[in-house]
This record gives sequence, structure tokens and C-alpha cells, in this order.
Amino acid sequence: MSSSFRHSFDIIGPIMIGPSSSHTAGAARIGRIARNLFGEQPDVAEILLYGSFAKTYRGHGTDVALVAGLLNFATHDPRITKSLQIAQDSGLQVSMKPGPPNADYHPNTVRILLSKGERKFDLLGVSIGGGAVEILEIDGFKVKMTGQYPTLVIPHADRFGVIAAVTTILSKHQLNISFMEVSRRGRGSEALMLISTDEQPPEEAVAEIHQLEAVKRVARIDPS
Amino acid sequence: MRFSNLAELVALCGQEGKPIYEVMIDEHVHETGATRATVLQQMTESFDVMMKSVERGLTEDIRSFSGLTGGDAKRVYEYAQKGKTLLGKQATEAVAMALSTSEVNAAMGLVVATPTAGSCGILPGVLSSLKESLGATEEQLVLGMFTAAAVGFVVANNASISGAGGGCQAEVGSATAMAAAAAVELAGGSPEQAIQAAGLALKNVLGLVCDPVAGLVEIPCIIRNGFGSVLALAGADMALAGVRSVIPPDEVILAMYNIGKQMPVELRETALGGLADTPTGRKLEKQIYGDDTKEA
Repeated sequence: MSSSFRHSFDIIGPIMIGPSSSHTAGAARIGRIARNLFGEQPDVAEILLYGSFAKTYRGHGTDVALVAGLLNFATHDPRITKSLQIAQDSGLQVSMKPGPPNADYHPNTVRILLSKGERKFDLLGVSIGGGAVEILEIDGFKVKMTGQYPTLVIPHADRFGVIAAVTTILSKHQLNISFMEVSRRGRGSEALMLISTDEQPPEEAVAEIHQLEAVKRVARIDPS
Repeated sequence: MRFSNLAELVALCGQEGKPIYEVMIDEHVHETGATRATVLQQMTESFDVMMKSVERGLTEDIRSFSGLTGGDAKRVYEYAQKGKTLLGKQATEAVAMALSTSEVNAAMGLVVATPTAGSCGILPGVLSSLKESLGATEEQLVLGMFTAAAVGFVVANNASISGAGGGCQAEVGSATAMAAAAAVELAGGSPEQAIQAAGLALKNVLGLVCDPVAGLVEIPCIIRNGFGSVLALAGADMALAGVRSVIPPDEVILAMYNIGKQMPVELRETALGGLADTPTGRKLEKQIYGDDTKEA
């Protein structure tokens, strides 16, 4: 048994704007995770759709849902249906098109490229069914993040002691780590830490981690 | 979770002398650390959303985003009020309420995925009808949702609840099994009868393919939700009468999983086969997307 579905509300839920848990709610969740990882509303969003997403996005409202997520709307926010207009009015420029066919991708895959001024961000996400999602790439780092648990995503410099410093702060706040993933581009270069916890990390813990010298940013992704 | 299939679930109910919904609530409390009151509150919120979507489809003029569907829930509901239905008033109303939620879903309205958005009409349709036929209270119906969740949990982890993964049998089939089990427990039946109802109902949709016209969650999804509600009630009635599924419910779930794997990709939510590939299905697809759908 795979146990991808853990409890009652993975079955009864999400509460969502229709019409499709995978093509609408899942898409909104991926968009919102991208927005929260970026940390602010981007000026430009370039969205590449793959497989079934590319084929049926207009009818399923996948386009509308992805943009709603980028505006930080939840799956049940009624503003989802008007998100394209809201994005335009608030200065978020969106382009959307099918990506080059890739046989390795799950049918419901999307790549989201965000930018604001010089800042750029890149995410690859998959909607796996019933509203559940997986994030497979963040800024070129291969990851596996579901968003089912509170997760801290921390880009940092690759040097000794950073991981210990972060986990010490979590321990001080009595946060139990359920899952952890660390990767780097190369020795001594940029690295990315993903830490899921059972409890929601408080703002103070996030701020303390942010103050560590080797840490560039901290994004907290809450389950939605 | 202390159970991974329906037989273990029923055994657990037997050991603890509890209905399925109580075991499911206990498991949730244990798994997440939330209090019982919080868990019930969260489910009540989902219940309220469900009932609002039922109400909306019966009172407003609903039209789907594509413009292809809408208005059937109202049609069936008004017909049921005339009192001369073949199924009986309550079962016909269950159909209307299942259609209603599914139409609201297709119109990008607010729904609860149970277990998916494509199959979101069946549980609300059945629960609404039990409010009338059993005089069930809101508190009772919310408990019934945990029975449904327990069955859905087993199906989702042992088979599939995705049309792309296992065809419509995995969506409408799962929802039907979930609703049948909930109906049994709400009617006072035993945990064993509840899972028998789930097995009986699921058997009747084995092999159902996912062939949505233009890839939209509309045709035939909405109508199949209407039928699913009646099938769930029929399964519950048979189980309450003492009918048993000769193939044990867990094996029916396994069969569903295997049939899903054997289903060609054309019949798993790709809009390449079945009703989607009929002359009318293709015509409607062109009407919605124009001719530029082929590049992907």
C-alpha cells in the first residue's frame, strides 16, 4: 500500500473551485507554492504546460487556477475565476503556452518561470490527482516536495555548519523534522535545504534562520 | 492508520465495538494530533460547502464554463416534486442533488472533492436524500462522511481515485462505494454491512471508462454522478437486507485496480476514445477549442 493518501481530508477535500481536482485545484496549489517560494508577486510569469495540461487547460480552468495561485489565492477562493483579469490589473504579466513535448513528464506537468527586476525563479510541478501535487524542481535543484506538511525551503551557501545551525533553531522551537532534503550545485557553491516539520514553524523560528549568515532566504510553505 | 484494507477496518470496529466513523475519527486524531472537536469542525465545514453547492444548483441557473451543460439538476428536482416518479421521490431527489453539485463544479463553483471534483456529486446527493428518508441530523451526516472517508482511504491507497490512473470506475466508482457505506452506517447497519454495500456498489461500475468529451468534467461526468447516487442507495439497501458480495469487497477493489491498469490510455482521461471520440463529441470539442488543440 502506497499511503499517498494519509487521512480523511485527503479523501473528503479539498474544498475547491471546480471543475477538476487535478487540473484546477492541483494547478492552483502549484501556482501558490511558486508564489510563496518567490516570496512576492512577480512582474512576469512565463508558464509552460505539458501533456494533458497543455491539451485541456482552457476548458479545465488550469490557466486561471495557475495564475490564481501566483496571486496567492487558495483552492477555494472564488476570485480564481477572475484571476486573469486581476493579474492584469495588478501588473502581473502572464504568458502561457505548451512546452516542448517531453516523454519523461507526468501528463499534468507545468513549468513556471517568474521574474521581478533582476530576480528570476524557476519551478517544475506535477498535479498527481485529487488535488495532490509534487514539486520536482526549484531553481534547477531536483527536489520532491508535496506541500502536505509545513515545509521550509532555504537557499543557502554550501559550507560546514549551516545545516546544524538550522536544525538547532528548529530544535529550540521544539519542531520535529519529518522529512529533510539537501542538495547543491557543486562544492562550496549554492545549495538548497528543504525541511518538513510536523508542527507549523513560528515566525520567530523563520526569522532566526533568516539571520544566519549563510542563508539567503527562507520560504515557509504551509499545507493548503 | 491501523488498517490498510476493509477487512482490517471491520476487524478493528469489532474489537473496539465502534462503527467505522468512530474508528476513522480516532485514527485521524492519532495521526495528526488534532483534537476530536477540531476534526469534527473541519468535516462540518466541508459538509456546509457540500450542502451549499447542492442548494445552488437547484436554485440558480447554472451554466458550465464551456456552455455545454447545466440546468438538468433543476429539471429533475422539479419533476420529483410532481410526485409521479418511477424511482420514488427521495431517490429521484438524490439524483437531482448529485447532478446539482456536479453542475456547480462544471461552472467553476465551490465544491468539495469527494474523492475528486469529477465525482463530487455522489456523496452530497446521497447524504441530502438521507436527511429526508432517515430524518438524519447534520451531526449524523457529518459522521457518515468519516465512514465514506474510511472507504475512500482504502480504495485510494490500494487502487486509484484518479480517472487518468484507473478510468471512471476509480472516480465515480470510488465515490459510489464511499456513499453506499456511509448510507448503511447512517441507517443503523453494521460495519460489515457497510463494506458489503461498498463492494456491491463498486462491482457494478467495474470497467467504467473515463472518456470526457473535449476533456472537460462535464459529459458524461455530470450524468454519471446522478446515476452514482442511486447506485449507492441501491447497494446500501441490498446490504441492509443481508445481501453479501461473494467476491469480498477488498478483492473487488483489487479487481478495480487491475482493470484500471488494463485499460488503454485512450480511455483514461485523455479524451481520445469512447464518448469523446464520437462524431458529436468531436464536433463539440472543435466548437470549444477551435482547430488549434492538436499541437499538444
